[in-house]
Amino acid sequence: MRAPISWLREFAHLDASVDATAIYEALIRAGLEVETVDHVGPDVTGPVVVGRVLSIQDEPQKNGKVIRWCRVDCGPEANAAATEPAGPGEPGSRGIICGAHNFAVGDLVVVGLPGAVLAGGFELTSRKTYGHISDGMICAEDELGLGDDHTGIIVLPPTHADGTPLVPGEPALPLIATSDDVLDIAVTPDLGYCLSIRGIAREAAQAFGAPFTDPAARPTPGEKHDGFPVTLDTPNCPLFVAVTVEGLDPTRPSPAWLQQRVKMAGMRSLGLAVDVTNYVMMELGQPIHGYDGDRLNGGIVVRQATAGETLTTLDGQLRQLDPEDIVITDGSGVIGLAGVMGGQTTELEADTTRVVIEAAAFDPVAIARTAKRHKLPSEASKRFERGVDPAAAYSAAHRVADLLVELGGARKVAAETVAGSVPPMPEQTIPADLPSRILGHAVPAEQVVAILRASGVAVREDPGGLLHLVPPTWRPDLKDPYDYVEEVGCKIGFDVIAPVVPLAPAGRGRTPAQQARRNLTWSLPAAGFTEVISFPFSSADEVDRLGVPEGDERRALVRLANPLADTLPELRTTLLPGLFGAIARNRSRSQDDLALYEQGLVFFGPAGQAPIPSVEHRPSDAELAAIAAALPRQPRHLACVVTGNWRPAGWSGPALPADWTHAVAFADLAARTVGVTLSKRAADHAPWHPGRCAELSVGDQVIGYAGELHPAVLAAYGLPARVVAAELDLDRLIAAAPGPGQLPVLSAFPVAKEDVALIVDEAVAQADVAAALREGAGPLLESLALFDVYRGDQAGPGKKSLAFALRFRADRTLTDAEANAARDAAVQVAADRFGAIQRVA
Amino acid sequence: MPAPTSAPPPALDAATIDRLVAEATAAFAAAATSAELKAAKAAHAGDGAPLLLANRAIRTVEPAQRAEVGARIGAARAAVNQALAAREAELEAQELAARLVTERVDVTLPPDLVPTGAPHPITALMDLLGDVFTAMGWEIAEGPELEAEWMNFDALNLGPNHPARATSDTLFVEPLSNHLVLRTHTSPVQIRTMLDRPLPIYVVCPGTTYRADEFDATHVPAFHQLEGLVVDKGITLGHLKGTLDHLAAVMFGDVRTRIRPSYFPFTEPSAEMDLECFVCRGASVGDPEHPCRTCNSEGWIEWGGCGVVNPRVLAACGIDTDIYSGFAFGMGVERTLMFRNGAADMRDMVEGDVRFSQALVGGAR
Repeated sequence: MRAPISWLREFAHLDASVDATAIYEALIRAGLEVETVDHVGPDVTGPVVVGRVLSIQDEPQKNGKVIRWCRVDCGPEANAAATEPAGPGEPGSRGIICGAHNFAVGDLVVVGLPGAVLAGGFELTSRKTYGHISDGMICAEDELGLGDDHTGIIVLPPTHADGTPLVPGEPALPLIATSDDVLDIAVTPDLGYCLSIRGIAREAAQAFGAPFTDPAARPTPGEKHDGFPVTLDTPNCPLFVAVTVEGLDPTRPSPAWLQQRVKMAGMRSLGLAVDVTNYVMMELGQPIHGYDGDRLNGGIVVRQATAGETLTTLDGQLRQLDPEDIVITDGSGVIGLAGVMGGQTTELEADTTRVVIEAAAFDPVAIARTAKRHKLPSEASKRFERGVDPAAAYSAAHRVADLLVELGGARKVAAETVAGSVPPMPEQTIPADLPSRILGHAVPAEQVVAILRASGVAVREDPGGLLHLVPPTWRPDLKDPYDYVEEVGCKIGFDVIAPVVPLAPAGRGRTPAQQARRNLTWSLPAAGFTEVISFPFSSADEVDRLGVPEGDERRALVRLANPLADTLPELRTTLLPGLFGAIARNRSRSQDDLALYEQGLVFFGPAGQAPIPSVEHRPSDAELAAIAAALPRQPRHLACVVTGNWRPAGWSGPALPADWTHAVAFADLAARTVGVTLSKRAADHAPWHPGRCAELSVGDQVIGYAGELHPAVLAAYGLPARVVAAELDLDRLIAAAPGPGQLPVLSAFPVAKEDVALIVDEAVAQADVAAALREGAGPLLESLALFDVYRGDQAGPGKKSLAFALRFRADRTLTDAEANAARDAAVQVAADRFGAIQRVA
Repeated sequence: MPAPTSAPPPALDAATIDRLVAEATAAFAAAATSAELKAAKAAHAGDGAPLLLANRAIRTVEPAQRAEVGARIGAARAAVNQALAAREAELEAQELAARLVTERVDVTLPPDLVPTGAPHPITALMDLLGDVFTAMGWEIAEGPELEAEWMNFDALNLGPNHPARATSDTLFVEPLSNHLVLRTHTSPVQIRTMLDRPLPIYVVCPGTTYRADEFDATHVPAFHQLEGLVVDKGITLGHLKGTLDHLAAVMFGDVRTRIRPSYFPFTEPSAEMDLECFVCRGASVGDPEHPCRTCNSEGWIEWGGCGVVNPRVLAACGIDTDIYSGFAFGMGVERTLMFRNGAADMRDMVEGDVRFSQALVGGAR
């Protein structure tokens, strides 16, 4: 909503010392979102005067253009100062070159003289052009900063508004534009009444304690049907005022002030009748529809549309109507989409002389739904959606009629129609101290009453300290007790409320799971991984490219009804594609050595149907359970990808290329950070390399996978060879962590070290051999570590030798015999289980 | 090794002993290296050294003089050993100092044990934001991102006809009749908190939220919010102001804040929270010569929305509005990051370029 300050001042009688900035600040304080204050007016300095065109000489140019060489009377002073004055005996004038052709000899025009600085900082000088000295400029709108119009020269009317003639040489700017400041306000949905000068002026007056003149003060008379016949046949239209004017002179133009106001308010000037209806809508907030009275066919009936009906709206679109649409009809059928847009058959035409003026009230929700259904947000629907003051309708209809009489030579028809009535406003009761209690600032009862009365609320105090409140018709937003609290708060200003930090009860800090995740936030980067965030949008095609088999839960995609991209209509079930995208983006920017990770939710279908319980009270346990059951499972995952070199070649040594161990190490680190040890076994799981994929488990619960990616997947994504990745169910991993843990009693006795090398089949996993050794070694074993893997002649074909360092310790010094016995027992289990043969040096 | 008995007995007189001590001390002092000192030691303090031979010869002295001679030789040996030890220490220190010089390295060479890693700045900032509130005794609440419409809209007093529920604004699960959405704010976590937790409630809800926005320099369809909710007896708008002032002070230091009335369905009264423009500090207001692009010369920049929890919302969660009141606030984490760290383009936050994450050394401090 754009509100010129001059217009506000017509109704808010602010002190002259209150400037635009003060109004801007006061309105913001009162809760209006004023975005900017724009100064409008001619963007010009220096001499700009009225000139009379004395002669025109058309001079065709080589480029096909015809320019005009004019002599223009610019007043005696300017004429005398001309570079090439008029010849002796000729009337005083200056010579000016002009490219436009929309003016004639004798016309009054706006002349910029040398020294004037026009819009955009263009300084005029006398200059030689087209073979003449052009001694000034005949101006169009855009050159004066009045608009974008460069279609033609401004031709001034012959007289001032009071009838006195214009004189060449007099200043021209006051004739064509007034200076003003315009507030640009983003009106919140609750403040529909501020989509009018009336509403904003009321707020401004209240903010400064200034008197306010209500421009919509005519009381709405009781129902009468003297004028144009109107029948209301839907509860969604409680009031319809019809006032008729006749004898409109359709040739009368909009006066400059009206055009300017309409333009300043952000609309286009479209002729007198339309400008007037728009002007009144801006001023009073009441959308107006004007019908060509001679093209109406019988009386108006307002009703709900019936299925199958159509209407061609003013924009030329044929609309299929819905029974929820409110329509205006006459004998010919539907002639308008109520509160949204009129139809073509009855619109005001260039020859309209009889206008039936509609000012009506419509149900906000119905209008909102119609505007949305037909994708027709209009100035009218925008207002009706937020609530229009029904008590202003009668004033608005008359204001339109009066202006058409004044400016268009029309006559107002005395007989008028008021169908329906202004609906009563709902009463609410609040304790007088409620605003103080909720705002945290003492507002005495008498101040609460005074504020609300100033806002138009009818207040009845009762001795028990209760206030019985009825809002004014323009404030449908005042319904609940807290609405009145807000009204009081806006009027005292939130800035007077003292800030107080509330004292929360002792908190427990982060939950164990939150603490685990915050630990990961820092441990993973410390180990060399960089976190990225990507969008969770995916597709079935994505899952195909990953090679995910049928029946895998990652194929249970949740589909969006309105995806942002048709190619990504579903939600991710794995984080890997997002990380692949990050690899591609980084590589495209010449960053090839990458260790990336992401944590985020993945979504496994199916989705169920969630109920929408009442909001009047807490939902039942059954309803809450139904909501929970409808939600797809959405665990938090943690994933990494590593590609290129883990460590690039450098001064300290050759490059260390990323390999599957980095993915496994990432998983191990994540697990260790949250307090879990992972067990691993070889697995064949997409999208990993079937021979280089570790299934990661805690106990018998699979937590995720790590290893090198399948070459086919890398090819499908255009990724380099040997990218490695891990993905874990982070929720499960954290849940698997045992309690706080137990610290050991440390033995200070010496350790007994025993190394063993075991030859096993190539297919036997190190982890299984280690587990066997651990089991066989018994309680004396302090630690066990693999320190060599050997393949070659001494191991034999198809075999490998695994060398382990075992450390034994107890609460006493172990004898050699004890350590040897424990070692032999360990080897024995490995031998029994895997046929492991101890290699003797 | 015992000395040969055939050798003539050494002189044990004081002058001889003093001379032996002097010779030994001189030899030690003359040794320039550990190796030379070792040779001098063998010559003057070793088994065959004259002083050792003298020592052994004490037993040949008349018993009456044995004590005196013994004391003389003992003192001489002690003096020699002391001189040796002192010289040893001296040479050791010299040689260590010399070795350390040769072992000098260029400590500015870059160590490269692990690559450079970093959390995402959004994650780091949310971590810090969580600390601000847990330090006040608040707790951190979380919830699903794919959420029931009732939790995301209805319970928050956004009725069935609210414009935010349009498919142009909100991402819905297919079919629409499932009434499931990608949450458009973290407010459904507030609803879940009020349904699940005992009163009073002091929580913040950080998390990812979604809008059906095109992806450009200022919009992303998935972004992060931090919301706060307090429900307790006697909660006022003043408590909201105090909390936001505290948060602003921690996040931005010495900047002014203001709240001004606004409208949200889930709060009443509602307010926008503004920060004093951290670039122009308000100086651009009314000064067309020096416009501020950060605040559009308004002097203030919007940080987030807030207000007193609408009693309709409390009622939908079964909270007695005659006893309890509450406040809530919410702000964009990306926006906060832009303010604190100057991130210019929203796309950088989600495109995964490692330079973005790695730029904030030490995370959000």
